[in-house]
Amino acid sequence: MKLYDYILSPSCYKVRLMAALTGVKLELRPVDFHPGAEHRGPELLALNPAGSIPILEDGDLLLTESSAILVYLAAHAAPEWLASNKPEEAARVQQWLSFSGRLTASLGCARLHEMLLRPGDIGALQAQGIAALRELEAGLVEQAERGMRFLAADRPTVADIACFPYVALAPDGGVSLDPYPAIRLWSRAVRALDAFIEMPGIHRLHELKPEPHIELGKA
Amino acid sequence: MTMQAMIDEWYPVGLFSQLDAAGRGTALMGEPIVVASDADGNAKVTGGNGRVLPVCVRYGHVWSSLGAPKKALFSIPEADQTGRRFVDVGVVRVRCSPLRAVENFLDVAHFPFVHTDILGAEPHTEVQNYKVEIREDVDEVWATQVKFYQPLAAKSASGGITTEYMYRVPAPTCSVLYKTCPPRPSEWDVITLFVQPLAEDLCDVWPWMALFDDTTSLTDLIHFQQTIFLQDRSILENQIPRLLPLDPGLEIPTRADLTSVAYRRWLKRHNYTYGAQLVAQ
Ligand SMILES: N[C@H](CCC(=O)N[C@@H](CS)C(=O)NCC(=O)O)C(=O)O
Ligand SMILES: [Fe+2]
Repeated sequence: MKLYDYILSPSCYKVRLMAALTGVKLELRPVDFHPGAEHRGPELLALNPAGSIPILEDGDLLLTESSAILVYLAAHAAPEWLASNKPEEAARVQQWLSFSGRLTASLGCARLHEMLLRPGDIGALQAQGIAALRELEAGLVEQAERGMRFLAADRPTVADIACFPYVALAPDGGVSLDPYPAIRLWSRAVRALDAFIEMPGIHRLHELKPEPHIELGKA
Repeated sequence: MTMQAMIDEWYPVGLFSQLDAAGRGTALMGEPIVVASDADGNAKVTGGNGRVLPVCVRYGHVWSSLGAPKKALFSIPEADQTGRRFVDVGVVRVRCSPLRAVENFLDVAHFPFVHTDILGAEPHTEVQNYKVEIREDVDEVWATQVKFYQPLAAKSASGGITTEYMYRVPAPTCSVLYKTCPPRPSEWDVITLFVQPLAEDLCDVWPWMALFDDTTSLTDLIHFQQTIFLQDRSILENQIPRLLPLDPGLEIPTRADLTSVAYRRWLKRHNYTYGAQLVAQ
């Protein structure tokens, strides 16, 4: 499988992260997104007229939507990352996969504006990003009430991977994560997954310090 | 702050390769400027009220100044050496003082913690003794004999090596570093940080490189450097206070990094305080 990749792209990182978590080996084809704008050049536009990355090629299959790529990787190597056949769970996975596009369009564009000088109405992008974060926070609080740690189930699914990168990188676009305790808890849970990988701006969880040893019954 | 001392310096304002006739609006020390190419393809920089600003083109970038530069842009002899690859890494905006961006670049001690498994790794966190001086003849800050263990020093390195660095500050918002060149032990790789001060607490950073590496693709070289710089960016945006603190009084040696002490002393000596705050420490 060949991934057209940019190291600083949260959308490409979704794919790298999913591949790492499910043990799929990717062939990376680096794209000079910045400063070269190679994704808008003839070779890549021929593959994806939308002019965006990631693009995944596997034999005859060509995918240009990160959510579809996540589903493909999971279906291939680790179906437990997909929704089970419970109707609610299946719908929730789909709901958050679609929702992830709003994160890209708000927090992602705010980040490109603040970091790589992409034109845009930064106030509006940040406001849309905050609205999306509030919705995600509420969704996670409801899940916690159902006894579930992740967006669609009590185990991580493709929905978590689709939403995690742009949320974790919100501060790059000038949007703070301080007001969202449920999001912070969820972000820790994602980063604590076995085989988790980093990208610039998203750190692995540092080793937790051992519990303080309290001896009962002694002064 | 005083702008006066720094106003006559040259600053990077864009990539020469990306100039166009329409021009790009940006800013220099609070003043809106436009960077464009003229009918002959030369770089042209215009200030706030339409006044034409000084221009030079060097190291892949367009340089300009709000004042009247008293000397030519600092020289990097390696930029004229044949066999090197010259890499425009591209701009990254950082919400921090331009002086803090340079100071962070000079600090080796953060490598294992911020650039884990690339430029440093625990437990190799010790910075051995090195030499720092302000070279009076050229009026530059230099740190030499900086040695550090690195798991992946460059794209051209094939494993962990002890890398040697030299750091140079030839202008208040620019730094040039020389580091061990894995494929050519007799030469140094050159990596620079050119910082455009937009405001006292906001800057555009233009990294640039002149490397010996015939095998790595240009895109991989760019991505390697962007990865490292983006790891720094989140640290830089969270530094408090935003401005670089300079002690106006007696110089008391702090526990800070030696190069940083020399850089701050040099800034103070020249009154290079745009982006600094004077506070007793
Ligand atoms: N098709 C969407 C696109 C993702 C997206 O927006 N990718 C960014 C990079 S992170 C991009 O290619 N943007 C194009 C541009 O900004 O020019 C997906 O796969 O989720
Ligand atoms: Fe750094």
